[in-house]
Amino acid sequence: MIPAAFEYYRPQDMAGVLAILEEHGDDARVMAGGHSLIPMMKLRMAEVPHLIDLQDVGGLSDITVEASRIVIGAMVTQADIIDSAELTAAAPILREAALQIADPQVRYMGTVGGNVANGDPGNDMPGLMQCLDATFTLVGSDGERDVPARDFYEAAYMTARDDEEVLTAVSIPLPSGGYAYEKQKRKIGDYATAAASVQITQSGGTCTSAAIAMTNLSDTPIFSEAAGAALVGTALDDAAIKSSVAAMLNDIDPTEDNRGPIAFKKHVAGVILRRAIERAWSRA
Amino acid sequence: MSNKMHIKLNVNGKEEEFLAEPRELLIYTLRERLNITGPHIGCETSHCGACTVTIDGKSVKSCTMFAAQADGKSITTIEGLGGPDNLHPLQEAFKEHHGLQCGYCTPGMITRATKLLEENPNPTEEEIRFGMAGNICRCTGYQNIVKSIQAAAVEMNASKEAAE
Amino acid sequence: MKDEVDTREDRVANLKGMGCSRKRVEDARFTQGKGNYVDDIKLDGMLFGDFVRSPYAHARIKSIDTAAALEVPGVLAVLTAADLEPLGLHWMPTLAGDKQMVLADGKVLFQGQEVAFVVAEDRYAAADGIELVEVEYEELPVIVNPFEALKSDVVLREDLMGEGGSLPDGAHGPRKHHNHIFTWDAGDKEPTEEVIANADVVATESMYYHRTHPCPLETCGCVASMDKVNGKLTLWGTFQAPHAIRTVVSLISGIEEHNIRVVSPDIGGGFGNKVGAYPGYVCSVVASIVTGKPVKWIEDRMDNLMTTAFARDYHMTGKISATKEGKITGLHCHVTADHGGFDACADPTKFPAGFMNICTGSYDIPTAYLEVDGVYTNKAPGGVSYRCSFRVTEAVYFIERMIEVLAIKLDMDAAELRRINFIKKEQFPYQAALGWEYDSGDYHTAWDKALKTVDYDGLRAEQAQRVEDFKAGKTRKLMGIGLSFFTEIVGAGPVKNCDILGLGMFDSCEIRIHPTGSAIARLGTISQGQGHATTFAQILASEIGLPADSITIEEGDTDTAPYGLGTYGSRSTPVAGAATAMAGRKIRAKAQMIAAYLLEVHDNDVEFDVDRFVVKGAPEKFKTMKEIAFAAYNQAIPGIEPGLEAVSYYDPPNMTYPFGAYVCVMDIDVDTGVPEIRRFYALDDCGTRINPMIIEGQVHGGLTEALAVALGQEIAYDDMGNCKTGTLMDFFLPTAWEVPNYETDYTVTPSPHHPIGAKGVGESPHVGGVPCFSNAVQDAFRPFGNTHTNMPHDHWRIWKTANELGLHG
Repeated sequence: MIPAAFEYYRPQDMAGVLAILEEHGDDARVMAGGHSLIPMMKLRMAEVPHLIDLQDVGGLSDITVEASRIVIGAMVTQADIIDSAELTAAAPILREAALQIADPQVRYMGTVGGNVANGDPGNDMPGLMQCLDATFTLVGSDGERDVPARDFYEAAYMTARDDEEVLTAVSIPLPSGGYAYEKQKRKIGDYATAAASVQITQSGGTCTSAAIAMTNLSDTPIFSEAAGAALVGTALDDAAIKSSVAAMLNDIDPTEDNRGPIAFKKHVAGVILRRAIERAWSRA
Repeated sequence: MSNKMHIKLNVNGKEEEFLAEPRELLIYTLRERLNITGPHIGCETSHCGACTVTIDGKSVKSCTMFAAQADGKSITTIEGLGGPDNLHPLQEAFKEHHGLQCGYCTPGMITRATKLLEENPNPTEEEIRFGMAGNICRCTGYQNIVKSIQAAAVEMNASKEAAE
Repeated sequence: MKDEVDTREDRVANLKGMGCSRKRVEDARFTQGKGNYVDDIKLDGMLFGDFVRSPYAHARIKSIDTAAALEVPGVLAVLTAADLEPLGLHWMPTLAGDKQMVLADGKVLFQGQEVAFVVAEDRYAAADGIELVEVEYEELPVIVNPFEALKSDVVLREDLMGEGGSLPDGAHGPRKHHNHIFTWDAGDKEPTEEVIANADVVATESMYYHRTHPCPLETCGCVASMDKVNGKLTLWGTFQAPHAIRTVVSLISGIEEHNIRVVSPDIGGGFGNKVGAYPGYVCSVVASIVTGKPVKWIEDRMDNLMTTAFARDYHMTGKISATKEGKITGLHCHVTADHGGFDACADPTKFPAGFMNICTGSYDIPTAYLEVDGVYTNKAPGGVSYRCSFRVTEAVYFIERMIEVLAIKLDMDAAELRRINFIKKEQFPYQAALGWEYDSGDYHTAWDKALKTVDYDGLRAEQAQRVEDFKAGKTRKLMGIGLSFFTEIVGAGPVKNCDILGLGMFDSCEIRIHPTGSAIARLGTISQGQGHATTFAQILASEIGLPADSITIEEGDTDTAPYGLGTYGSRSTPVAGAATAMAGRKIRAKAQMIAAYLLEVHDNDVEFDVDRFVVKGAPEKFKTMKEIAFAAYNQAIPGIEPGLEAVSYYDPPNMTYPFGAYVCVMDIDVDTGVPEIRRFYALDDCGTRINPMIIEGQVHGGLTEALAVALGQEIAYDDMGNCKTGTLMDFFLPTAWEVPNYETDYTVTPSPHHPIGAKGVGESPHVGGVPCFSNAVQDAFRPFGNTHTNMPHDHWRIWKTANELGLHG
């Protein structure tokens, strides 16, 4: 498996990145860890005449926990997330999810930016970021703009990012309450058959907020507002969970693949969500 | 054909410099350009881990990295861990506990295990299985690999204690 | 020369002979990254070859334009069938008596089929050249189901049609349809049908043993180097049978066999994948002859999974009859075997369905009949024995499922049903209804030991409680107890009925003792991880009394090794291991004469004792083997030639029949279909145990491959013949995380006809493991009305079973 030939760039700053992007348009692609892109290039399913390696661009590898938000640089790896005690204290769901991505070697290379930016419906971080109501910072020649994760994904590999923009950071409002990232997969290294991110708060035994997003059950991650709403104001009894699951099922649109047919995926999505809700509630 | 790049690597403590096409994958650089044939090619899609090397302190699947990405970095392969006169405890333990059969996954497996033990010197069986899940073995069923790593951990901790 | 060790015990230990867990001598190089696998070979001026492959499963090739590819800098040649035809190499014979296209000759029959071979200075140019070969295809109707193939008007193999649409016989007799390959049967048809028709109880079941793949971590490949000066071709490659490859290459290329040297270097796992001859080998040889340079061809993983050597793909229908008390009276089995586009199964010539006729299993079944129909479809060729003797996994899966299905029909405990039908110890050698003579066994002892160890009754009680809890809504997990008792048939095999391409399936060992008492032994087999260099030296150590550490074992180079049929079907220990022991005994016989001469007594007055010959009744008078070796080269002994060497070609009188008892305890999440293996107990009886450490390692590995096959590993196609499982994302190879710890155990029932009583073990755990894992899944659902569901039991199929049984409310 040999990729087609390409030109390789390793700019030292964002201006350099943007200049190359501007020059080559969609013939150019930025690469972080490369663990999604390189296999596609080797299989010749992705042709990238101009490859821009972001590793030398400074300021993309920081994790900052502020009073009301967390900022994660695009080049922060899954391994960095797992290792950051500060981050885990602030938003433990990130570590729980990161541990369920791929395998140890891939987690050293796989980045948050790459995971959320390329629009692969199999990736775990997009749904997670939607659940956490994260905002993605995009930098282009016209400057910076922020796009909410919940508005970012349009279709498989199609996102709100323009070809000439680079996703540089993810900002997450400091979450509170209980959390869970629940994923069913066939083996280590597989994408989810179904995965659910849940972040939930309660007061006096009543759910005060709930955010729910699902992974690999549509051509984009699915933030199910209705599924969250179904829990708010309830005591998280069986009926509430049932109606949340029903709402979620209304929002997803899985397709058949080697993991199984649609009916199975829907069923598992429901089971996984229920378990995620119950686990999150137990931690709320 | 694209422009060749000037690439510098430190491999197993030795400086290497060469010109290569950007699309040259690191595994081919090691195996074909530098004749370091310990790391192997198993799946080519970053699933099997036979090509695992250590780059600047991270376990990396070298089939999924271009040599150009590694420019300026330090790489350790199985050949850099120990030789006939100074075997690494993991190399000893894999032999002692029958942690290999055909040997094809072994260089990647041992290289990954060095990093695992560096990060977690006293892993439980579960932690070993989870930490080694990026390396596929078709022969051993993993049981003796786990045993080998446990034994190496004990050995390494003992010699660390003795040194202190 | 005096011994450094004194007591007999010390002398035995010093040999590191049979029965001890000698550490492997192979490991030093492998643990230091110094193995030498085929892709490690680098020769001056070496070129790289790679294939243009068909994207279609069935298509006519209208044209191939190589001009643009040849323009790529570094591309030297692009071979097509038209280039090979003048050499007669555009097709090649298969091991199954069929022929196979080396490069597409006018049409393609499966996705990924080899269409053109691009030869270039490096792998980058080859890859770029492949992209630019323009092939014009005309798509043809695709058939991926063998039952449809037998009804279809579409002719897959026009090359096999006779004049005027007639249907000439195939390699194995008459063909019923243009997509039919052979019918092969064993046993007594009418008597079996009669017994079943008149039986108290009959259970019937249809089951599909899905297509899968051996998928060793190292793919297949070779380096061909034609030395035009010396006229000698050297071929290094991933060959499980290097001598057979040499003979095949000679037969199809016309190069005399003495001018061909085939070398198997270290092999990164085989499991059957590396038995066959592939188009890549032929094209590399041709390319080397054409260019005069060495040519390397190495599959990538996708090539490997999609084109070389699938396994299984058997549609099996069984009928089993019994008395009301559960005594089995008859067994009927029909198989529709999907062989893909060419019949490239790797079986002994007279056995187109391998040893499927071992499907009466471990049971005393008086009447049986087996019929197998081979069929062409638009899928990749192969049909190899994936970690098993020829089709034995299929046979054992079949009978171990039929036993379970019968137990359900009889409403009887499946362990008890097995027990009352086992062949009894005193019945061995046992003549089975389908033709084989089982050499030895003690099934009851093994079974009782297994059930006692796992507390079978306790497990059943726990399972019953679990069913109650499930029904009461207290749990959503069911518990399955998987049982399996298998009898393998390995060690092919007696030359009178086993050959491959006409080559008798003996094996060989040649030993040279060096003057200072060390030795080299060469064999016709080739290790792919089994540790031959370690274990064969142990056999010899015990036979000739020199330490295993002083014995080098060498395999895989046809210029030096004696002719042998290679390593697969667990034949190394039963056949080459026997040859080793026999050659060792020849050494010993000569040593005895030398010892007697040196001790100045009659030949019959000395006897062998561990590492020496002693004078009978006077143990203080002895000559060690080391002393004898020295004398053999340095002393003129009347009537005895100098030197100490021996060779043995061993034609086994019978197969060997390892057996074992396995139990798996599994918990199944009914809602997600996720199984969790709680416990796995494996008792193996492989006869005499040469190296317990290696045996255990083989068992762990074989069980893990069994787990994979049973729980998810498949080669799947869509209706258009597209292979859906071409990478390790979708082709299930479990990681350490998905694999449990195994408990191993053993009994020892030596083979009576094998010189050291050994039976072979490498494949037993796979053969016995697959039905055990499968039975565990199916057993979990038995209380809810399940009789049979097909493998692989991946999450969604387990879920589907639960769903169809109404367990999702």
